[in-house]
Amino acid sequence: MAAMQLSPNQSRAGHRTVRRGGLAVRINAGVLIFTGIALTALVLLFVWAMTLGSYSIPFADVVKSVFGHGSDDQILVVRELRLPRVLSAAMIGASLAVSGAIFQGLVRNPLVSPDIIGVNAGAVLVAVFWIVSGLSYRLMPLAAFFGAAVAATAVYLLTWKKGISPNRMILVGIGVGEFLYAFNQYLLVKYPLEQVRPAIVWSIGSIYGSNWFDVKVLAATLLVCLPAAVVLAWPLRAMQLGDDVVRGLGLSLERTRLGLIVVACALAGVAVALAGPIGFVALMVPHFARMLVGPLSGSMILFTAVIGAIFVLGIDTIAQHFMPVALPVGALTAAFGAPYFLFLLYRTNTRM
Amino acid sequence: MASPAQHAGPVLQRPRIATAGLLPLGLVALTAILLAVGMLSLRVGSLGITTADAWNALFHYNADNYAELVVRTLRLPRTLYAIVLGAGLGLSGTIAQAITRNPLADPSILGVSSGATMAVVVAVFFFDLTAPYQYVWFAFVGALLASLLVFVLSAAGRGGATPTKVALAGIVISAMLGAWTSALLLLDRETMDVVRFWLAGSVAGRDLNTLYWLAPFILGGSVAGLFLGHQLNVLTLGEETARALGMRTGMLRLIGLVLVVVITGAAVAAAGPIAFIGLATPHLVRSVIGPDYRWMLPYSMLVGAILLTSADIIGRVIARPSEVQVGIVTAVIGAPVLIALARRRTLAS
Repeated sequence: MAAMQLSPNQSRAGHRTVRRGGLAVRINAGVLIFTGIALTALVLLFVWAMTLGSYSIPFADVVKSVFGHGSDDQILVVRELRLPRVLSAAMIGASLAVSGAIFQGLVRNPLVSPDIIGVNAGAVLVAVFWIVSGLSYRLMPLAAFFGAAVAATAVYLLTWKKGISPNRMILVGIGVGEFLYAFNQYLLVKYPLEQVRPAIVWSIGSIYGSNWFDVKVLAATLLVCLPAAVVLAWPLRAMQLGDDVVRGLGLSLERTRLGLIVVACALAGVAVALAGPIGFVALMVPHFARMLVGPLSGSMILFTAVIGAIFVLGIDTIAQHFMPVALPVGALTAAFGAPYFLFLLYRTNTRM
Repeated sequence: MASPAQHAGPVLQRPRIATAGLLPLGLVALTAILLAVGMLSLRVGSLGITTADAWNALFHYNADNYAELVVRTLRLPRTLYAIVLGAGLGLSGTIAQAITRNPLADPSILGVSSGATMAVVVAVFFFDLTAPYQYVWFAFVGALLASLLVFVLSAAGRGGATPTKVALAGIVISAMLGAWTSALLLLDRETMDVVRFWLAGSVAGRDLNTLYWLAPFILGGSVAGLFLGHQLNVLTLGEETARALGMRTGMLRLIGLVLVVVITGAAVAAAGPIAFIGLATPHLVRSVIGPDYRWMLPYSMLVGAILLTSADIIGRVIARPSEVQVGIVTAVIGAPVLIALARRRTLAS
């Protein structure tokens, strides 16, 4: 791993290199501690969120019920209603956040995320079509992933002009997003209200009525994509040094980009298919993670995933239990996320 | 303004295709085209109507003739809406691009439309206002607040208000307001059914009384805007030069912004958000007649009206027997314009 010497913070305190046989793994102790704290917070939040509701269950009983030792009522409520919802919320948050981290690393611009550059719009269009025409719910995640992938490909190709410029990608992405949104609007006026209403609810981004099917799909996606993202994070970091460096390291630039785009689209597409385009998560969480644990790396991606889970689970809990009326989670993430983004825009040092 | 010369420079150097003497003639030609498109708009639809019937409906109206009845009650209102709104949106787009010195400025990108939209939905929900002349005031306030937010936030910070930053601030504020608008809509089923058609941007099925109420805002604002041509030309020279020539640039910007807000707010109140007419029109006009705002302003009124009326006709034809809302048609045609602009070297380098 001679190539590692390119990175100047190689010898930074807190990094340890563990070697076993031909493999060497660099471990950042600081990130590990942060991730540990965040995971603990996530678990506490997770259990606490399940105590809330019209039928309140004490903290200890929730833990018992999860493992099947509480009273029958409690087991029913926890296992069939609350557990799927909190699991979905956490995994949707993790998926969106990691997808955002990948896109931001890929474009080398902190103001990019799948919701801004039109990738989510592709997933939304396909999913809205799926909902209004009453097609099979089980195939929707796959279809939405396809929509996200097509939109991402379109944005990438339309941005390509002897290379990819982040600014151009943002503007092209906004254009592609508006284009797809127009078709979305068409579907919303073309179909009768009974079919359209669930699509509108869905398109704000909500985790109402999550079931075990959602949990399984999300878990499967994360099990595949999260390790892939961690493995690909190393070339991603090298890519931030410039295309030439990556080529110099003997990495296949286009193949790496393609792999990353597929992973990011799968994460965004599946999360959007199940919960709608919950805004600003993919944009905000990677920033927050970077502030605490530094630039992109495998461990940073894991940390981002945990923070994303905490964020969406927390906001969903607030939206569900602490508002005058139960709101869709997307309405609240927009309320928090937009001001934060505008603050970032104000602070940004990137020449745009 | 970050580096005005960089954005404005290439535009000024663009060679003019038309010579100055032809410019008034062009206005006459465009007026003729607008009248022709307007006539087409009276004729085309699920019921085909002959030119003679359309003519009679206008000048020798006989309510017993079914074709003439259709023209008078359905086609004429929507045609008038399209012409008035198109003229207003085209002109306000030109003014917005001039005062922000930003080739991407468009009421929909700047968040003006979403601000007005949200305000109208709020007015309908919390104050039970149902007539456009009641909620138009909300539309003005919403449009003003949203656009001020976008301008202030994108101009603050390092680098000033570059096109990408303005577009990002606008899209984010639109996303936030859009999420809240949808959340409000979820609370009430009947309003959602009405508002979803309005949200798509449509000139169909509106009664003329509403237009009589709102047209003064749109046309009054547009006529006032026509007098800004000379000042906008000076502003193109750059902030410092304009100041050195004795121009109060801040005042000019404020006047321009108020006009944009009044015109767009009234247009949104009348027909819902109609995107991209304000973006595409100025570029189309500039590429043909050059960058002189004294001519660009009247030209963009006529071109905007022609574009919107044509888009409405297209929407009636492509999905027969039903039709596509005009806001959807303009977005599908206009979004590629945005992408093409983004691919220009000078804009997003």
